Amino acid sequence: MSILGTRVVRTEDPRLLTAGGTYVDDLRVPELTQAARVTFVRSPIAHALITGIDAAAAREAPGVLAVLTANDLDDLPPPPPDDGGGGGDGGDGGEAAPLPLGGPWTEPLLAVDRVRFVGEPVAMVITTEHYQGEDAAELVSVDYEPLPPVIGADAALAGESLLFPAAGTNVAVTFGAPADATTFDGCEVVVERTIENQRLAPVPMEGRAAAAVWAAGKLTVWVSTQNAQISRFVLAGALGLDPDSIRVVAPDVGGGFGAKIGLDRDALLVAWAAKHTGRALRWAETRSENLLGMTHGRAQRQVIKIGGTLDGRILAYRLEIVQDTGAYPRMGGFLPFLTSLMATGPYDIGTAETAYRVIVTNTTPISAYRGAGRPEATAAVERAVDLFAVEIGMDPADVRRINLVPPDKFPFNSPCGAVYDTGAYSAALDKVLAGAGYQELRAEQARRRERGDVRQLGIGVASYVEITAADAAGGETARLVVHDDGTATVYTGSSAHGQGHHTAWAMLVQAELGIDMDKVTVVHGDTDLIPLGVGTYASRSLQLGGVAVQKAAVDVREQARRVAADMLEASESDLELDVDRGLWHVRGDPEASRTWAQVAGHAGEDGLAASVNYTEGQPTFPFGTHLAVAEVDTETGKATMLRHVTVDDAGTVLSPLLAEGQRHGGIAQGVAQALLEEMRYDAAGNPVTGTLVDYAIITAAELPSFELLASETPATINPLGAKGIGEAGTIGATPATQNAVIDAVSHLGVRHIDMPVTPERVWTAISDAREGR
Amino acid sequence: MIPAPFTYTRAASVDEALELAVQGGEDAKFLAGGHSLLPLMKLRLAVPETLIDIGRIGELSYIAEQDGHIVIGALTSHDAVARSGLLGSELPLLAHAAGQVGDPQVRHRGTIGGSLAHADPAADLPAVILALGATLVTRGASGSREIPAGDFFLDLFETALRPGELLTEIRIPKPHVTGWSYQKFTKRGIDWAIVGVAVQGGSVTLVNMGSTPLRAGAVERAVAAGSELRDAAAHAAEGTSPPDDLNGGRAYREHLARVLVARGLEEARSRS
Repeated sequence: MSILGTRVVRTEDPRLLTAGGTYVDDLRVPELTQAARVTFVRSPIAHALITGIDAAAAREAPGVLAVLTANDLDDLPPPPPDDGGGGGDGGDGGEAAPLPLGGPWTEPLLAVDRVRFVGEPVAMVITTEHYQGEDAAELVSVDYEPLPPVIGADAALAGESLLFPAAGTNVAVTFGAPADATTFDGCEVVVERTIENQRLAPVPMEGRAAAAVWAAGKLTVWVSTQNAQISRFVLAGALGLDPDSIRVVAPDVGGGFGAKIGLDRDALLVAWAAKHTGRALRWAETRSENLLGMTHGRAQRQVIKIGGTLDGRILAYRLEIVQDTGAYPRMGGFLPFLTSLMATGPYDIGTAETAYRVIVTNTTPISAYRGAGRPEATAAVERAVDLFAVEIGMDPADVRRINLVPPDKFPFNSPCGAVYDTGAYSAALDKVLAGAGYQELRAEQARRRERGDVRQLGIGVASYVEITAADAAGGETARLVVHDDGTATVYTGSSAHGQGHHTAWAMLVQAELGIDMDKVTVVHGDTDLIPLGVGTYASRSLQLGGVAVQKAAVDVREQARRVAADMLEASESDLELDVDRGLWHVRGDPEASRTWAQVAGHAGEDGLAASVNYTEGQPTFPFGTHLAVAEVDTETGKATMLRHVTVDDAGTVLSPLLAEGQRHGGIAQGVAQALLEEMRYDAAGNPVTGTLVDYAIITAAELPSFELLASETPATINPLGAKGIGEAGTIGATPATQNAVIDAVSHLGVRHIDMPVTPERVWTAISDAREGR
Repeated sequence: MIPAPFTYTRAASVDEALELAVQGGEDAKFLAGGHSLLPLMKLRLAVPETLIDIGRIGELSYIAEQDGHIVIGALTSHDAVARSGLLGSELPLLAHAAGQVGDPQVRHRGTIGGSLAHADPAADLPAVILALGATLVTRGASGSREIPAGDFFLDLFETALRPGELLTEIRIPKPHVTGWSYQKFTKRGIDWAIVGVAVQGGSVTLVNMGSTPLRAGAVERAVAAGSELRDAAAHAAEGTSPPDDLNGGRAYREHLARVLVARGLEEARSRS
């Protein structure tokens, strides 16, 4: 029996769970023993001109080796020429504008004459000891001349204060067609609503960290990243170096959630400063820095408009987005493209329109956060479907069933331009409804409503389809070597930071070659060993990196077949691999066998090794349904989650344990967005949720046990049948939870409550509804 | 997240702690469990020059019965208070509320004395000891004092403790009326109370409804006068000045106070 699909325990856990992990700040490599410490001086003001920096006092402070400002960056290559992308029209032909934008939107490494968000790096202090840095940083005197802050969509669009005066606007990207007046013709019911998909902080357990050494013409950079190889090319471009003169190492990485794709300007500066000063340097941000310096996610204001017939058929949908991308248009400028692409979700809606504007504000830049544009799409359409359902008085599950793409329509061309590969959408919905006991839940809800209970029951349903490995054409690399001691090493371009690659890749090797998992070593995140690779994001690892490993294993197996045939003096076609025992033998003669060690030892100079760069022509589209049950205390407004039932169909499951782990973590983060988390700024641009006291991440105490139902509809475009599972949780759980809380009080007249659905917001919504507001 | 430089000293006894406080002068701070002081220092909101670590003074960690009172050493951990069999039978309100502080890690490090001396109006225990009519025993260079809980909390993070004076013991009379309740309203299990209510018999106090723990006097009078509990609870927000912050505006907190007082009174009555 193949090991694939079995509940293999994660091989990396004993090491990681017993403090055996080595993160950047734990590194005790010889190159870093004398490393000095970097501390950043960060802007305390959201928007201001810098009129002077006086570092004299800081330079005299104990342990200070250097204080560096933008004036010291004169040994860097000039910024790339204006590509004309600034303020441009992204068009409506499905092409997203290239990002980050250059020209007038160029982001400096250190602030030059202007700061644009609280937390922006202004200067670097280099000290011999860690603790000296923060004292010295306080002594760097920066003269700020405050400018009117731009906070929120309205202020940005008003354009009275500009972050980039040379751009002439705060709108960095415009995309999509103006509303067509005829789109909703023929609809018996049309509902429109403006909703918020609030700004979130990623909060990985390990913050950002980097260390760097310049020696003998080579720059070595250790960085907490999801992509060592991409980081190398970013560094080469920014620092004007040949990629061959750079080695990037990503050791153990303590979570990223998309905010560690590539590397930030802070890490670039650490690398630059190591070369500039000739000193080994290290930097690890504090939690306070992390909450403001690491990119944030989401931050969309959405206008949803949905129309259809009184018997539940949805005919038209329009989604308009204002994407707040923070102070600089990084990946945040691209996220609403993915939101637009997935706007209609799993529904067969005849007419759909999307449009978006990307704005800059005096806040932390926005980038990918678990789901990256797709949770925003699902949140919008799932609120829209519930609003439509309540308007026509139909059960929201029934409305979904009527409108889900039917199984005979795959591959399905969505009106937003996506091609959904495979799916069984209504089967997923019905499985969840049956698993949850939907009719009994509705009956219990009715009884509580009838009695007028203080604690009301809400049932939230969210069906979704998402896109994974959206950049499938970028592919992923793998190299597999079988050694003459019978062990094997996998070198993968994919980059584990919690997902379980060591377990999954070893399972693939054992399944193909019969080499036991515990004899397989997985290596990743070192560009000297693996020069080419893409890394881990967009739920791409298994379907690209995993397939690459499998194909490398197949290649090695065929090489071994030739060697074993030679050893056993038989023809290749008569050779068999006994995968259960890991032995080669001639068909019909299992006694005379050869081990992998023997075959590898006989393979000659080149040994048994294969390299694969696997690319795929199209992405995959996982799907599912989440159902959340909330109990809402109508006197206090507090929601308590009682149950969470899901089907998350990501194709063929390689490791049920890893897949469940991804679903667990994603659901927790999704419920957190729905109920708790929000990064907020006051009108002056000061963050008011800058610590973990005020920025409320979720804990186990707020969550029910998850009821995960199995469903596997294989992908047909890759040999593993795999789709991505990493982001399903945040995509499905967020709207299911929000819908559940609103459903619990909908009989009181409440139609919508923005996220996070806090107790005060629920209480306010109930009060407003009672008073007819 | 890195504190400014400071000098660390450790006291082995109350006498030594008081002596170190005299030496340290105005810029010295006592450090017990550290769960309030250290975060403030890491954010550089507190910059003491000297820390006097009293965390290992064994003589201040105890729970005992004495002359019809329960006495608790100031360095007794929240966890010890929560798990005490004596408190569980004699002062279940205090034991229960101590079990609601923070999370298990916080409860093992944090101390009852530290929580009271820090005087955060959002903390659980100040309002609880106010409801219980406790007396706080202190020692300073000029001797010992006994301060009623009602006189101890002066303002936000401000108590009747004088510079260099150490809170050493909490002395609580055994309650005559047994019914009690603690209503803590939070978004998450580990949070401070958005609003909290402590009830012991006819005594009702409020968490986070002003700059100090507050006695809900109008409620207490209404209950004493025989009002229906829900009617009495309608007075819960009278005389309060709750904060207006991310977790709730004033109107919401006033509403919560009324709801939670009603629930507290009903639960206390059901237990009496």
